[in-house]
Amino acid sequence: MLSAPRYWREIRYRYRLIGSRCLKCGKIYFPRRLVCAVCGSRKLEDYKLSEKGKIKTFTVIRRSPPLGYEKNVPYVVAVVELEDGVNVLSQIVDVSPEEVKIGMPVELTFRKVRENGKEGIIEYGFKFRPIFE
Amino acid sequence: MRRVAVVGVGMTKFGVLADKSLREMAFEAFKEALEDANLAPKDIESVYTAINADHFSSQVSPGASVMEYLGLNPKPNIRIEAACASSSAAIRLAWLDVASGLHDIALALGVEKMNEAGRTTAEIIQFMGTGGDITWENHYGPTFPGFYAIFAINHMHKYGTTKEQLAMVAVKNHYYGAMNPKAHFQREITLEQALKSPMISYPLQLYDCCPISDGAACAILASEDVAKKISDTPIWITGLGLGTSSVALHNREDYATIPGTVEAAKQAYKMARVEPRDVDVACVHDCFTIAEIMAYEDLGFCKKGEGGKLIEEKQTYIGGKIPVNVDGGLKAKGHPTGATGAAMTYEIVKQLRGEAGKRQVPNAEIGLTHNVGAHGTYVCVHIYRR
Repeated sequence: MLSAPRYWREIRYRYRLIGSRCLKCGKIYFPRRLVCAVCGSRKLEDYKLSEKGKIKTFTVIRRSPPLGYEKNVPYVVAVVELEDGVNVLSQIVDVSPEEVKIGMPVELTFRKVRENGKEGIIEYGFKFRPIFE
Repeated sequence: MRRVAVVGVGMTKFGVLADKSLREMAFEAFKEALEDANLAPKDIESVYTAINADHFSSQVSPGASVMEYLGLNPKPNIRIEAACASSSAAIRLAWLDVASGLHDIALALGVEKMNEAGRTTAEIIQFMGTGGDITWENHYGPTFPGFYAIFAINHMHKYGTTKEQLAMVAVKNHYYGAMNPKAHFQREITLEQALKSPMISYPLQLYDCCPISDGAACAILASEDVAKKISDTPIWITGLGLGTSSVALHNREDYATIPGTVEAAKQAYKMARVEPRDVDVACVHDCFTIAEIMAYEDLGFCKKGEGGKLIEEKQTYIGGKIPVNVDGGLKAKGHPTGATGAAMTYEIVKQLRGEAGKRQVPNAEIGLTHNVGAHGTYVCVHIYRR
């Protein structure tokens, strides 16, 4: 379980899916970085990532979830490749797990992620849902 | 650098060892290795203790606690952590210690008590999950079976690997586990049983997953001069590789491979001057069945994408192209994380000495261990020769 400040200080980035882009070499990062790992530049700007992408790979957690996730099973955990080419790990919601497939187009949705017991904070953040046309 | 050999090995039975403490398990493995090497505790000059997580035993600096119980204070000791590859990392450090000339005889000992990490399996699974990226990924509840399921589904999608092929790995490893008196599970299973077992994290079912085990294993390493003097059957460490992969899954490019394995294997083969086809027997990291299939490919035992076919053709049984995990693997022998790499070394040493009994691979000369920490964050590949 994360302490409240550890979750809180990334809220701006978690809530809106903001990473960073190197002004020198153009490399895009999520999560954000203070120094570019490719060219070493310290000039990075906040970069709003695309809210759309596709499922690169996934699983459906059905049994033995971690403590506190018992009520959530079955739930889908997936790596989503955003249109910017950046990967994020998240959950896929608003769909029956049987329908989830590799390559499925998805879009960002803002959801409750976890409750930290009776006294802890409620964590919110990004999840993804299928785009049905 | 000096040549270094394994001159003694020891391990406890793996399983739910509720009647033994962390330190008692460690001592049991140590005692067997001393007897195996025909050495006394005073002969050990330096110790590397491998324990994966402080959580599991609720003891900070558990290595120091083990060191005390071995009766080896005030000799040098370093506790090393490399997730589930901790004791392979300890062997690497012990090798460096002896090869460099700093000491002549060093002990690498791995131990883990996982069944007391929490009151329930859910608590233990929660602890284990913190081996993933806890700031950006863990709160989505991926779990360890989930990480490997994510690899499995990608492998199936890319290469057509089937759930039956995954289950065949479990059937093989239980088949050999039934012949290993030190294995956690000493019974065979059928393909039907595996395929009917409960779904844990799609596509991985219960029999695709290794158990949560307690246990200890160790190896005593000696310099060439000492090894030749004290042992008739020294097993030489001829190649060592250490690779790494990102903790966060979002920083991977390919989800059907473990990049750290490819790197570690490349280093180890080069150092030992051998090719994958020269390996006679291998212990690979099958924490989940898909992990063994990816290991076949990443270690070069077959082409990428053909791991499913390799097990389907029974090429990894004794008599096949490359016998793998004939000790039962993590799947049946068990996986007390900190002890796993040293237990692989235990098996390879026994195989190369011709002491593996019913599970003996005939005339095995070159053996390989492949030990993965977490979902690939650390990977050690070691090559041994008789």
